Amino acid sequence: MTLKTVLAGTASLCLIAGAVQAQDQEPITLGIPVFLSGAASGPFGLPQRNAAEVIIAELNAGNLPAPYDTKGINGRMVEANYVDEAADAVQEYRNMAEREGVDAVVGYTSSGNCKAVAPLAEELQQLTVLVDCGTPQIFESVVTDPTYLFRTGPTGTIDSVGAARYLVDTGVDMSEVAGINQNYAWGQDAWADFTGSLIALDTGSDIATEQFPQVFAGQYGAEISALLTSGAKAIHTSFWGGDLEAFILQAAPRGLFARSAVVMTTGEAAMQRLPNEIPEGAIIGARGPYSYFAPESELATWFRDAYEKAHGQPPSYPAWKMAQALLGLKSAWEKAGSDDPAAIAKAFENLEYETPAGTVRMAIGNGHQAVQGIAYGTYKQDADGNPGVENVIAYAAECVNPPNDTTAAAWIEAGFPGASCN
Amino acid sequence: MKLVAILLDGLNYSAWLFLVAVGLTLIYGVMRILNIAHGAFYAIGAYVCASALGLYYSAGLPEAGAFLMMGLSALVAGFVVGLLIERVVLRKLYGQDEVIMVLVTYALFLILSDAVKLTWGVESYYVFQPYAYFGYIEFGNLPYQVYDLLVVGLAIVAGIGLWYWLNRTRTGILMTAVVADREVAAAMGVNVTRIFALTFAIGTVLAAVAGAATAPKIAVTPGIGVEVIILAFAVVVIGGLGSIPGAVVGAIFAGYARAICVHVAPQFELFAIYAVMAVVLAIRPHGLFARAEGRKI
Repeated sequence: MTLKTVLAGTASLCLIAGAVQAQDQEPITLGIPVFLSGAASGPFGLPQRNAAEVIIAELNAGNLPAPYDTKGINGRMVEANYVDEAADAVQEYRNMAEREGVDAVVGYTSSGNCKAVAPLAEELQQLTVLVDCGTPQIFESVVTDPTYLFRTGPTGTIDSVGAARYLVDTGVDMSEVAGINQNYAWGQDAWADFTGSLIALDTGSDIATEQFPQVFAGQYGAEISALLTSGAKAIHTSFWGGDLEAFILQAAPRGLFARSAVVMTTGEAAMQRLPNEIPEGAIIGARGPYSYFAPESELATWFRDAYEKAHGQPPSYPAWKMAQALLGLKSAWEKAGSDDPAAIAKAFENLEYETPAGTVRMAIGNGHQAVQGIAYGTYKQDADGNPGVENVIAYAAECVNPPNDTTAAAWIEAGFPGASCN
Repeated sequence: MKLVAILLDGLNYSAWLFLVAVGLTLIYGVMRILNIAHGAFYAIGAYVCASALGLYYSAGLPEAGAFLMMGLSALVAGFVVGLLIERVVLRKLYGQDEVIMVLVTYALFLILSDAVKLTWGVESYYVFQPYAYFGYIEFGNLPYQVYDLLVVGLAIVAGIGLWYWLNRTRTGILMTAVVADREVAAAMGVNVTRIFALTFAIGTVLAAVAGAATAPKIAVTPGIGVEVIILAFAVVVIGGLGSIPGAVVGAIFAGYARAICVHVAPQFELFAIYAVMAVVLAIRPHGLFARAEGRKI
């Protein structure tokens, strides 16, 4: 071996080492599909994008409180590529995974979109964190043996079970119950879980009417007439986004909220937007322990302040769920200590981590589906007109989630076996 | 009580459907353009109304005057946008195949939808005050918003006004002549280009009026025009493309089909309008009021 060969080899090794070093410094790219157009953009897409911007900027600056006070993820900076969820979900997912080569996809609000991309995540071995969609079908029937797919927001089951428990616990007359829910997976599952919960709780309720208008229909005059004339004492709706807002705007002036106890499982998302239009006493949920229902902690205070400083208003629950998803990804990535998607996915399974909304456990769906508790309360404005909630009852995760090996429907039908309520 | 609710809801929804569909059928009847951009004009009407009312209310002006502002904003927005689109885009394409015009107006729909997003952003706009202003009246134990009944009145006025204009005014009769035979009308000295511009502007104003009338009931957000163009298309297909009486009957059929389903069989509500459309097309493939046309060889 000549000196020239040794020098050449050394130089090559230096170049390779340099390349590896440079690769280490490359930012992590996240594909973030949120609604940037359509009826869901204002109440969901924008708060989610705003939260992602806040969390990513502050993560990169190392400004989060413990346990997230290290810069970036595994020391790498984070970049976001925002995609409109209102576009073709499958096409856009393929673009992110195959053309842009993002390191992870973090997003989705619509249950329909989640069902569409869930099998793709496994097929393309693309690390994917679903943020807000609620249908329990994702890990019960769509992807039953997941590796790369996770959902850090709880399923919609907790909304329905929690709503039924709240109505019972607050003594609402449940003799006649009605529902208005969107006609697709989300609305159908929500209503089925709610009515199943009423049976399990032995309320003896009759179903006065069950309405399933088209999603994004916008015009609910006939449905509101049907609810008004049905004699329902309690009304359940899982409407979200612009549909929920249109429903409030059309139902409140006609006195529906005065005639019946109306429980809106996603109502919190409308509180900052329609503070004077939501009638006081309306029963509000936030799809988990978010926003007004979040337990006090340093992380919760930090998130509220950072978000409000950046965007001029408090974060609504979709923003909290985006923060939760990004912090889950950071936790799993750093636990894995590797950039290998399979290793990160392995570390994500059954993970338990802290969020602004308390502790999240990836406890069901073979360790890929988060469980959290839920709280409900009644809407109330303070003397300055600021929206808030009162009469809050919180239910622990063990009270409103099925165990790992049981589907939500079977668990509800069996009368919540194993549920542990406080 | 259910019967009263069906009658009122059917009437209300039919009126709204007529408002969103009549401009579409007018433009097709005169210009033979199936205007997919109609949904975008509806959205522009809603946005301009929301912005105008926002300014109006923030100026602390009397609440009753807001209704005048709604009408004015829709008229101005519809007329300006309609004339602009006709002059800049459509006038260069008259005489093209109907399919090409569908593609052109679809492109316009996409462009205008993005223009709406660029102008107003993706946040929702709310102008709920007019909807609550008159309160409600009770039919038995069914409270009904006066505003919804006013929309019925608006649809009736729009329908009668259009009928009067087409049948009792010189411009309207010239327009009818263009509908009957464009070439003969032109040969007789009718300024067809001017008639086309006016027709398109009126059709656009009607879409904008429908958007403005709907704005107080909804969150005005990007994408609100998509559902509307589908519904408007279903209504005019039921009635017969280009027929204004057809739009009336199509709206009534579709409105009552939906209202009956909501109250009697809500699980079928999603399909109600399209089921009516399918049945009508199976019996009369060109719609209920389509004119018999000779086949040109």
